[in-house]
Amino acid sequence: MPKVKVNGVELEVPAGFTVLQACELAGVEIPRFCYHERLSIAGNCRMCLVEVKPGPPKPQASCALPIADKQEIFTTTPMVEKARKGVMEFLLINHPLDCPICDQGGECDLQDQAMGYGFDRSRFHENKRAVPDKELGPLVKTSMNRCIHCTRCIRFATEVAGVEELGATGRGEDMEVTTYVEHALTTELAGNLVDLCPVGALTSKPYAFEARSWELTKTESVDVLDALGANIRVDTRGAQVMRVLPRLNDDVNEEWISDKTRHAIDGLRHQRLDRPYVRRGGKLAEATWDEAFAAIAAKLATIDGARVAAIAGDQCDAESMVALKDLMTALGSPNVDCRQDGARLEGGPRGSYIFNPGIRGIDQADAILLVGTNPRTESPVLNARIRKRYLHGRCAIGSVGPVADLTYPVERLGAGPASLRDLLDGKTGFLEKLKAAKNPLIIVGMGALAREDGAAVLAMARELVDRLGAVRADWNGFAVLHTAAARVGGLDLGLVPGEGGRDVAGILAGCEKREIDVVYLLAADEIDTKRLGKAFVIYQGHHGDIGAHRADVILPGAAYTEKPGTYVNTEGRVQLAFRAGYPPGDAREDWAILRALSERLGKTLPYDTLGQVRARLVAVNKSFAALDQQEAGAWGGFGDPGNLSDAPFVSPIANFYMTCPISRASKTMAECIASRAQLMAAE
Amino acid sequence: MSMITADPKDVPHVEHFAFTPDNLAKAQVLMANYPPGRQASAVIGVLDLAQRQQGWLPRAAMVEVAKLLEMAPIRVYEIATFYTMFQLKPRGKYLLQVCTTTPCWLRGSDAVMKACQHAADGETFSVQEVECLGACVNAPVVQINDDFYEDLDEASINKVLDAFRRGESPKAGPQVDRQTSAPQGGLTTLRSE
Repeated sequence: MPKVKVNGVELEVPAGFTVLQACELAGVEIPRFCYHERLSIAGNCRMCLVEVKPGPPKPQASCALPIADKQEIFTTTPMVEKARKGVMEFLLINHPLDCPICDQGGECDLQDQAMGYGFDRSRFHENKRAVPDKELGPLVKTSMNRCIHCTRCIRFATEVAGVEELGATGRGEDMEVTTYVEHALTTELAGNLVDLCPVGALTSKPYAFEARSWELTKTESVDVLDALGANIRVDTRGAQVMRVLPRLNDDVNEEWISDKTRHAIDGLRHQRLDRPYVRRGGKLAEATWDEAFAAIAAKLATIDGARVAAIAGDQCDAESMVALKDLMTALGSPNVDCRQDGARLEGGPRGSYIFNPGIRGIDQADAILLVGTNPRTESPVLNARIRKRYLHGRCAIGSVGPVADLTYPVERLGAGPASLRDLLDGKTGFLEKLKAAKNPLIIVGMGALAREDGAAVLAMARELVDRLGAVRADWNGFAVLHTAAARVGGLDLGLVPGEGGRDVAGILAGCEKREIDVVYLLAADEIDTKRLGKAFVIYQGHHGDIGAHRADVILPGAAYTEKPGTYVNTEGRVQLAFRAGYPPGDAREDWAILRALSERLGKTLPYDTLGQVRARLVAVNKSFAALDQQEAGAWGGFGDPGNLSDAPFVSPIANFYMTCPISRASKTMAECIASRAQLMAAE
Repeated sequence: MSMITADPKDVPHVEHFAFTPDNLAKAQVLMANYPPGRQASAVIGVLDLAQRQQGWLPRAAMVEVAKLLEMAPIRVYEIATFYTMFQLKPRGKYLLQVCTTTPCWLRGSDAVMKACQHAADGETFSVQEVECLGACVNAPVVQINDDFYEDLDEASINKVLDAFRRGESPKAGPQVDRQTSAPQGGLTTLRSE
């Protein structure tokens, strides 16, 4: 490895590093605007100038300069200081002095660096240039006077998001960052532009003028709006969630989050359940906790456990799910299910229902087959990871399933199970590509599993993986892409029908046939509530959504930002979310509600504190003991070869922006849908 | 300053643009200069073809070029707005690009400019001020479409413009008695056989 000296301190750096990276390694901070570690190098802001020996006797841009052996780098010499001050003065020539009314104020790279390198007055007496603002859709607000032309947004849109729609038109003083055709960006990752912008040119539209960064309380949390489990930071002021920002986790979301994750949070303010309700005379009436519990106890007292059923929703924390399962066991009911969409994953060996290679595994794959999934709507950040792999080159990507623009070229191999069978029989040629690959990756989506013949499709995927030898000691190429954040946790905890128990379809059929009398919905809103028939429905959740409308008793619970919770993402990674605020009104943490109810029913659950519930989680499944770790799951027999239908695979997510009670209550998401519809109409 | 946009209000809307078979063949030749998959490198040449066909570059033409070269339209917009040789608004039949950089200016480009501006009607002539055209030896210079007209003064540029108005194509190059940049009035050295 080459040896370099940074300010006289010698260190070894990996070959291929840039001078800027070497300085970072040495602990020397280099100011920068255009350089971003996850984007290509532009080298146009000139803020990262350093002096390098041997080399020309002038400052050099460290971000674009590869290191060489025996190089000496100086970052504090008068020459460097003067050069950076000069660059800063030029940057500020056309930058408005509107920090007091700028949303970036307090977290602005330009503001911060101007403290170090700015001149205390302006020597520029001409007019500043004026640039018209651009329309970039309902999430990104523009104030283009502030733009310093770092081109980070252009590079992000082109490279990461995969939508070549932003560019720099004109030249010199007339240069403008624009879409040119004045329409919203057609990406699900637009919110990240705001994070990337080092100045206040791109700011968050829904968050405009809402708060200052220093007023906010920052809480580390985990996203539940898709199954990726993106690491997020929830910024709150008082009880209100003001915004959600990504946290850095290279294994999961790098530093991106989807627009739904970031902007559906205004849904947390609307349609909330803040007190218990009991249906009296056909109408839901406000009640106390005591009355609600009494109504449930009265109903359950006369009913046999086998006639009780429970369905856990898609965004539940593991704590509440284990409490629900334990309560149902205590009541003697085997009718528990966490698969609202009817996915044919029976909770067999863990390897059968998780994304075994991990999100990071995508980087190592050299042939990818998508089965019944549209990752762009099911998990945009994971899709960006596949795109990153594609950009890296030499990776065949094929898809059996829905046709969609995934931002990278995909070989279309057919639409349904028959096409997958053809592939297995070597009729399409893609099998050879998979066989030639060292690390083939088969991503199976819910579009392939949440259907009548799901188990047979699963068996076929299993057959493919076996035939490719894709499960080895160092690689497991079988990956299930879930759409529900709670699904893997639910399967880990065994929230599937017990002996003789009913699954969701069975429960609904049972309700229609009056074989099920009581249904407990734990934030389960994605079922056809009309089919619940005459059953007594208990709904525990946080939003007055589909489930609550049908309920006979409503128990107000907490949303994901309002309770400490454990979530397991699609790759089986157990992650902790902390409480960012308290639920509204009388609403409570979900496991505590179940615990209180169990006491009222005379079946007291054996835990009183969060710590005890978490100990119970570990007792049920050891994987809960390993926080933030990921490894391939246990391997064994799964799938059930059977009849295949002709129906094509359909992605379960028809509308990316509204998939859960929170996003359905969000005005911002509604605006996104309207904006997208307008774009479609224009085309 | 007006915004750089695809559809400014003062530009007529062109709904559709298609290359003539002749130009399409020329575009294919340009694209063949580059390895497969790198056809986008031909973008400037192909844009120029489109401009020659249409007289200027409407958005429809840029979109067509993008489609032909399999590149994102924004990348074509970037290039078309960057280079002054691409005309994003309709212009007259003859584009008068008057150089006003120092050597031309010292040799009287102001008078030439005035004459050109006087002639500019937007139909036959359009005028544009440009930076150095690289023909300082023959200053002042005006580029009319593809040709340089050199060593101009007010009278000679008017003569040239009048000829264009009559539909003639006046001789390009120096408008005084000299061959290219050789001395005026014939050779002063190397006169012996």
